[in-house]
Amino acid sequence: MKNPSIDTHPPADEVAQEPLLVVDNLHVEFATRQGVVRAVNGVSYTVNAGESLAVLGESGSGKSVTAQAIMGILDMPPARIPKGEVRFRGTDVLQLSEQARGQIRGQRIAMIFQDALSALNPVFTVGWQIGEMFRVHRGMSRRDANNKAVELMDRVRIPAARQRVNDYPHQFSGGMRQRIMIAMAIALDPEVLIADEPTTALDVTVQAQIMDLLAELQRESNMGLILITHDLGVVADVADKIAVMYAGRIVEHALVHDIYKNPAHPYSKGLLDSIPRVDMKGQELYAIKGLPPNLLNMPPGCAFHPRCPYGRPNCVTDVPPLYEISGTRGSACHYYREVLDGTVQ
Amino acid sequence: MGRFVIRRLLQAIPVLLGTTFLIFAIVYALPGDPIQALAGERRVDPILAATLREQFHLNDPLIVRYGYYLRDIVSGNFGTTFRGLPVSTIFEGKFAVTLKLATTALLFEAVIGIGLGLWAALRRGRWEDKAILAFTLLLVSIPTLVSGFVLQLVLGVQLKTSLGIAFFPVAGVQDGIRSYLLPGFVLATVSIAYLTRLTRTSLMETLRADYVRTAVAKGMPRSRVLGRHALRNSLIPLVTYLGADLGALMGGAVITETIFNLPGIGQQLFTSVYLRENPVVVGIVTVLVLIYIVANLVVDLLYAVLDPRIRYE
Ligand SMILES: Nc1ncnc2c1ncn2[C@@H]1O[C@H](COP(=O)(O)OP(=O)(O)O)[C@@H](O)[C@H]1O
Ligand code: SF4
Ligand SMILES: [Mg+2]
Repeated sequence: MKNPSIDTHPPADEVAQEPLLVVDNLHVEFATRQGVVRAVNGVSYTVNAGESLAVLGESGSGKSVTAQAIMGILDMPPARIPKGEVRFRGTDVLQLSEQARGQIRGQRIAMIFQDALSALNPVFTVGWQIGEMFRVHRGMSRRDANNKAVELMDRVRIPAARQRVNDYPHQFSGGMRQRIMIAMAIALDPEVLIADEPTTALDVTVQAQIMDLLAELQRESNMGLILITHDLGVVADVADKIAVMYAGRIVEHALVHDIYKNPAHPYSKGLLDSIPRVDMKGQELYAIKGLPPNLLNMPPGCAFHPRCPYGRPNCVTDVPPLYEISGTRGSACHYYREVLDGTVQ
Repeated sequence: MGRFVIRRLLQAIPVLLGTTFLIFAIVYALPGDPIQALAGERRVDPILAATLREQFHLNDPLIVRYGYYLRDIVSGNFGTTFRGLPVSTIFEGKFAVTLKLATTALLFEAVIGIGLGLWAALRRGRWEDKAILAFTLLLVSIPTLVSGFVLQLVLGVQLKTSLGIAFFPVAGVQDGIRSYLLPGFVLATVSIAYLTRLTRTSLMETLRADYVRTAVAKGMPRSRVLGRHALRNSLIPLVTYLGADLGALMGGAVITETIFNLPGIGQQLFTSVYLRENPVVVGIVTVLVLIYIVANLVVDLLYAVLDPRIRYE
């Protein structure tokens, strides 16, 4: 049998073929009392080293569940992954033993969460929590780990790191706490960093600072970055490409400037139109009408059809595949050409 | 931390004054004449009665008598009984018995209750969890009077007569720590059940917490996620329960002490109430309140040790 561990330095040709992380036709469902919730229905995306992918979508569209499946931190049961692959440097991590996965989780693929106050343990000092990465994964002494923690806190620009390393999470501001989360996540130089709505709980000025920090850290370390958000405005400057999710599917993926210039899916268009823009000051903001579908009872055909302003009769019956528009772009809309041309009403 | 301790100690003073005064007032508001009670059915010589009244300050206003009482507490003898003995001599050895009994019960409670609770939480929904739930229901539904006598009969008497194992004494305190095992367990039964449920809920709630998910995402082994990240947080509410329960266990020791014939404070309290020995009753209750307050203080300090958010408030 092949050794399931993953080579850090695969042959050059393999690097060329296979991106750093590939999510391929991933399905995740939850067994609940009401029935099976199909939270993720065939999501695919890729991230290369040094690349930022923004995953965009309303709350409940399956962004976090996808990320948790990549990390392997879903509770199974109730969760189940009936189909799909998550290939990290060419190896499907879903097939790895729990032990082999433990070698990747946190060390090579790391994650930060939305609410840093609840995501940090209230009863341990921040230095202890950052240092834990070095003590547990690198066998460092308490003292060395603590020094590493100070270094990392400096690196994420927490003022007076040496004095504050023994403080507790509740003694920091929201922005500083998120910096601590980031310090913890990048502690062991992960190759992929997943940031799940890292700025949603913060006020606007702090949001921009955290985004800048993430972008800077990524440039320095060349890691692949997955930025999950429901707010397109937050990621526009940082992301290279965007995957838009709706009801557990990718409905459009594209390079950031392409989608900004001209979205290829009515849902992406709706999201773009609902961002406040300087040149549209004073005009009423657009909002997509209606609510996302109930995952227990998905509408037939295109899941977006009850809310779609372009809906045609066949949208109700035929599920749109992800049409490939170009090498870097796809849209799951039967009428993407018309949406791009602006010829549909 | 030092300032926190001092603040809590200072806060205990008014609580102590308030509760002792309340007890004092309540016991003295009970109907009946204690001097008459001394003589039983016989008639009391009015001059002797008047002298005794003077001697025990029975004619002074309540607040003055409370002042005398505080003086007696501070001096450590808790006043004099109507029969002329210092109340503290009546306490002698008895609080120790009850305290040992309650501590044994508390240890049973902590070890069995927390142990079963953690186990149930980790095996949530499986047969172990259901069996533990059934066991706790059994524990709360059997009255102490029944479980006490049954255990006494089975482990104390029959184990000895049928198998010749005389490990559990049937009654009394002559066998040191072994004397306290059976009564301690009997006293603890209901609390074991509650603590099991509380522990189960607490750990399950903690396991759903975001910081536990963070620990998993950091790649921490499961044993570490449970033992370091979840356990400490889930212990916090349990400490409060255990601390408050020490007082309840001491107060609830009357029945257990009677079944196992332990010369503890519960038995004494019962006798003294019956004999209308008010100074003894007030003394016992005061010491119980003191123990309760100290236990609460210890809980608060433990709380601060476990939860830095309290410490740095
Ligand atoms: N443990 C769970 N049990 C049942 N349903 C879940 C569970 N976790 C997530 N879901 C469902 O999966 C869907 C997607 O959730 P999520 O990925 O968190 O959305 P978001 O895009 O906001 O991050 C939601 O509708 C949610 O109700
Ligand atoms: S397939 Fe039809 S309903 Fe779905 S987004 Fe396109 S036009 Fe709208
Ligand atoms: Mg989410």
